Amino acid sequence: MIPLRIGFLPLVDAALPILARELGFGEAEGLDLTLVRDMSWATVNDRLLYGHSDAAHLLAPLAIATTLGLGRPATSLSVPFVLGLNGNAITMRPGIAEEVTVVGQPGDVTAIGASLHAVAAAARAASKPLRFAVVHRYSSHNYMLRYWLLGCGIDPDADVEIVTVAPPFAADALARGEVDGICVGEPWNSVAVDRGVGVIVAVTSQIWLRGVEKVLAMRTSRMDEDRESTEKLLRALYRAGLAFVDPARLDTIAAILARPEYLDGSARLIRGAIADQIVFAKGQDAVHVPDFMFQHREAANFPWTSQAAWLYAQMARAGHVTANPADYQVAQRVFRPDVYRAALRPLGVPLPGASSKLEGGIADPLGVGTTQGRLILGGDRFFDARSFDPEQLDHYLAVDTAR
Amino acid sequence: MRIAIVDESAARAAVIEEGLRDAGLSDVTVFVDRHGIAARLEALSPDVVLINLANPHRDELEELFALSRAMARPVAMFVDQSDVAGIDAAIDAGVSAYVVDGLKKERIRPVLELAIRRFRAYSRLRAELAEARSALAERNTVDAAKLLLMKKRGIDEPAAYAALRKAAMDSGRRIGDVADAIVTADRLMGDL
Repeated sequence: MIPLRIGFLPLVDAALPILARELGFGEAEGLDLTLVRDMSWATVNDRLLYGHSDAAHLLAPLAIATTLGLGRPATSLSVPFVLGLNGNAITMRPGIAEEVTVVGQPGDVTAIGASLHAVAAAARAASKPLRFAVVHRYSSHNYMLRYWLLGCGIDPDADVEIVTVAPPFAADALARGEVDGICVGEPWNSVAVDRGVGVIVAVTSQIWLRGVEKVLAMRTSRMDEDRESTEKLLRALYRAGLAFVDPARLDTIAAILARPEYLDGSARLIRGAIADQIVFAKGQDAVHVPDFMFQHREAANFPWTSQAAWLYAQMARAGHVTANPADYQVAQRVFRPDVYRAALRPLGVPLPGASSKLEGGIADPLGVGTTQGRLILGGDRFFDARSFDPEQLDHYLAVDTAR
Repeated sequence: MRIAIVDESAARAAVIEEGLRDAGLSDVTVFVDRHGIAARLEALSPDVVLINLANPHRDELEELFALSRAMARPVAMFVDQSDVAGIDAAIDAGVSAYVVDGLKKERIRPVLELAIRRFRAYSRLRAELAEARSALAERNTVDAAKLLLMKKRGIDEPAAYAALRKAAMDSGRRIGDVADAIVTADRLMGDL
């Protein structure tokens, strides 16, 4: 058995590595998986960079930021596998939620954004600007929230404040009134709702139907030194994804994730997230939100380089990087579709032929070219119907400048 | 050199602070409560921030460092990436540090090495304390088991202890474990 250590944060989207171990998929590949739990992304990242873990459940933009050397010496990370799409939500204080949405139900995020625009302007005029928490500076949560705010005419830097709070403390920050809203992964939105301190106002799949979320990250040197165990791990994760979407295993999976060594939380709340059954406000019935979490179908685990490109574009919009062609190439190369294909070819599963696509360009299900199997991709639209062409970064960013 | 120690454990922070002061580094400020830490850290403007590796609030601090104008952009630990042994030692000990970019390696290294030693010393203290506590707890359990045996079987203390020891030897267990089983069984069975 080959020992492999995987770092993670207590979140529902850490499911695939956890299930790869608990349901025996790692063992079947000859891997002895150990899961290492931490409470901040900085710690998960440190353990990965300094070899205390072989791979990690990580924020996709953090893998890019680390490779580019933002805030620390650059270390090349690689993403050979996406652990899932979406699964996050924006939860606000009940008082604010009432002003922007029909409490307890999913609404139209464009209309909600328009209402929020007015609330944010009033708060700013009263010198108490709305404050939102995201889980990390370099997180999809930050970029999704910013994307939505910008798309609704709210300047994420001037009109509101955005601060960082680690996921396990997000509901507390809301409860204490330290922030007015949080954008965080499950189960932490549901925890806030359950405690009555927050109301889910939007889920991220409403902002981008196929938004890239957590990834499996490895040091590039570590991955290249031992491609064989990397490929074994990817196959185990793929099988874990297949199990994750099997309704017959829902209760088992929720119970595993809820255990003290993993999420240490409520199996009921975790089950809701996995089943796309979301309770938007305390006391309300769960609402089925199709594709709330998207961990397996439509080759969801395939690391499209265009997803990395989109993230880099958002980093540029946020002022976290100054866009330049060299870094843009480096950022895209963090995502490694070649490693994914090599690992999963033996399983006979559908493998996209292209490595990059127009993001947000699919309105109706579309068959795409593959090197193996059949693959139909569902709609992947952004709420503002804008699409992202990775070949046209300058053009994409110029629209903001013209705003 | 101005050093900040951020640690939710006041005891560990004190151990590290003492070590730094003994080494002649006197400009040390300790932050235990995370509330309002951003403003206080910014006001202090330290050259080095020492923080336990697994501190759950590091993501917030990194955001602060990325934004701060007052602080000269501290970067995550180990400015000297080539010092593999040093990095390993720090991670093992559970130390992480943020160091103002451009600060000379020779100046930082002794601070980090000292922090690592003090973190280790603190872990050792904790382990010893836990051991002492469990030894005490075990003695209490053995006493409780002896009392039970004396009461239920009408024997004196040496006989009760001898019975415990024999049971332990016969079953290949520790006396503490046998005593624990007796006390637990008594709690479950009550006066049956």
